[in-house]
Amino acid sequence: MQNWVCEGENVFDNGRRVVVTGLGAITPCGNTVQENWDNIKSGNSGIDLIKAFDTSEFSSRIGGEVKNFDPLDYIDRKEAKRMDRFVHFALAASQEAMISFEGKDIDGENIATIIGSGIGGIITFEKQHENLLSKGPGKISPFYIPMMISDMASGLVSIRYGLKGPNFCTVSACASGGNAIATSFMLIKNGYSDAALTGGTEGTISPMALGGFCSMKALSTRNDDPKTASRPFDVGRDGFVMSEGAGVVLLEELEHAKARGAEIFAELSGVGMSGDAYHMTSPVPGGAGAVHAMEMALRDAGLEPEEIDYINAHGTSTLYNDRAESEAIRSVFGERDSLHVSSTKSSTGHLLGAAAGIEFVVCVKALLEQTIPPTANLKDVDPECQVNHVTGRAAEKEMNHILSNSFGFGGHNVSLLLSKF
Amino acid sequence: MTIEERVKKVVEDQLSVNQDQIIPEASFIDDLGADSLDTVELVMALEEEFGVEIPDDEAEKITKVGAAIEYIKAHVTE
Repeated sequence: MQNWVCEGENVFDNGRRVVVTGLGAITPCGNTVQENWDNIKSGNSGIDLIKAFDTSEFSSRIGGEVKNFDPLDYIDRKEAKRMDRFVHFALAASQEAMISFEGKDIDGENIATIIGSGIGGIITFEKQHENLLSKGPGKISPFYIPMMISDMASGLVSIRYGLKGPNFCTVSACASGGNAIATSFMLIKNGYSDAALTGGTEGTISPMALGGFCSMKALSTRNDDPKTASRPFDVGRDGFVMSEGAGVVLLEELEHAKARGAEIFAELSGVGMSGDAYHMTSPVPGGAGAVHAMEMALRDAGLEPEEIDYINAHGTSTLYNDRAESEAIRSVFGERDSLHVSSTKSSTGHLLGAAAGIEFVVCVKALLEQTIPPTANLKDVDPECQVNHVTGRAAEKEMNHILSNSFGFGGHNVSLLLSKF
Repeated sequence: MTIEERVKKVVEDQLSVNQDQIIPEASFIDDLGADSLDTVELVMALEEEFGVEIPDDEAEKITKVGAAIEYIKAHVTE
């Protein structure tokens, strides 16, 4: 394996540190961070038969839908009506992530908002396309474009809190949230921004999204047993399970956080990003792109591979991802028993562009509670996926540093390095 | 329901405002909190409710609740 890491001192290090001061999560496993953590830590599945529409003609009929969610708990009726579901989720998760500002004035001048989404408002797109076909172009809603475009989560979240720093959406399929967090880290690190509300959001439980992934044969068809369908690294896996939701976090420069007396949950000590330059949807065999991203994260944080205690894997429950990622982990870290690996997509399913956001939240909770959540449903490890898996139930472990991986169609790789604070 | 009541109901649903605010003199933008996109959608909702086509140059003149009621009354039989 080629060594990608440049020799020499860390050119990025200017003394500024980036810490995590807010967490927000809404997924099939719960509508708050705590509910999510309790379920994910216990290996409980949020997957079920899809109820949003009739799936009888689809090969995969399962998914991870957010439950008991009423956007009116977060947004007034008129606003909610002119937003797609992926924006509802982003606003809900942002509200939880911004809780430390509740009742306080926010000086948003230097706070960025970067919320990734892999697909954006596909539910809106489908509804309006139906209007076009059945009623004609004059009946396309004037809200169709602003509701559908992927950047509208960042836009509307920034409006709600008056955040006037850099504002955009990262789009890199299932790494979208990871690229958002990594970019936010860099903005804060280099002094451009004081803080960033960042992560990912996705609302794609729709006929066109389900049908599209079905056609790719990317989804699990274990329709008779939805709760065990997402089984990363298991020989019996047969594809990923599509889910919806959002994971949004508040990143902040350390001194800025201290000055306002914010509770600090963890430090984001390094980020790695890379591209496979290989294939539209398949990872490069051996996972060279993932290796590159993980090594860049280590270099950015100034850490050695043996200092990493746990990896929250991308672990989608697809053959290609799981094998390439396992090999990449072995390449960077060797076959080291003290490095534990799990994929919490086994509980949540795959939130696509929101996955990195929710998994970042999970990693922060893992550090705070010194507990590794398990890969649920992993009974029979694929011989090509040998790493030190945490299966069955959560494992208590003394941990200082955690990596969280996210990879996306298009060959996008992101690895985020979180440290105990 | 009369035409007037039906128009007011559409306005209420589209703009999420209270019924007592929906008086003939109320301007959609100045009094009822609509933006330019809301007014376009409001006209589309009226077209849908009454099965009429409102041409763009006519739609531009419908800036108040009263104007909407008058337009519909002139083009739809009760």
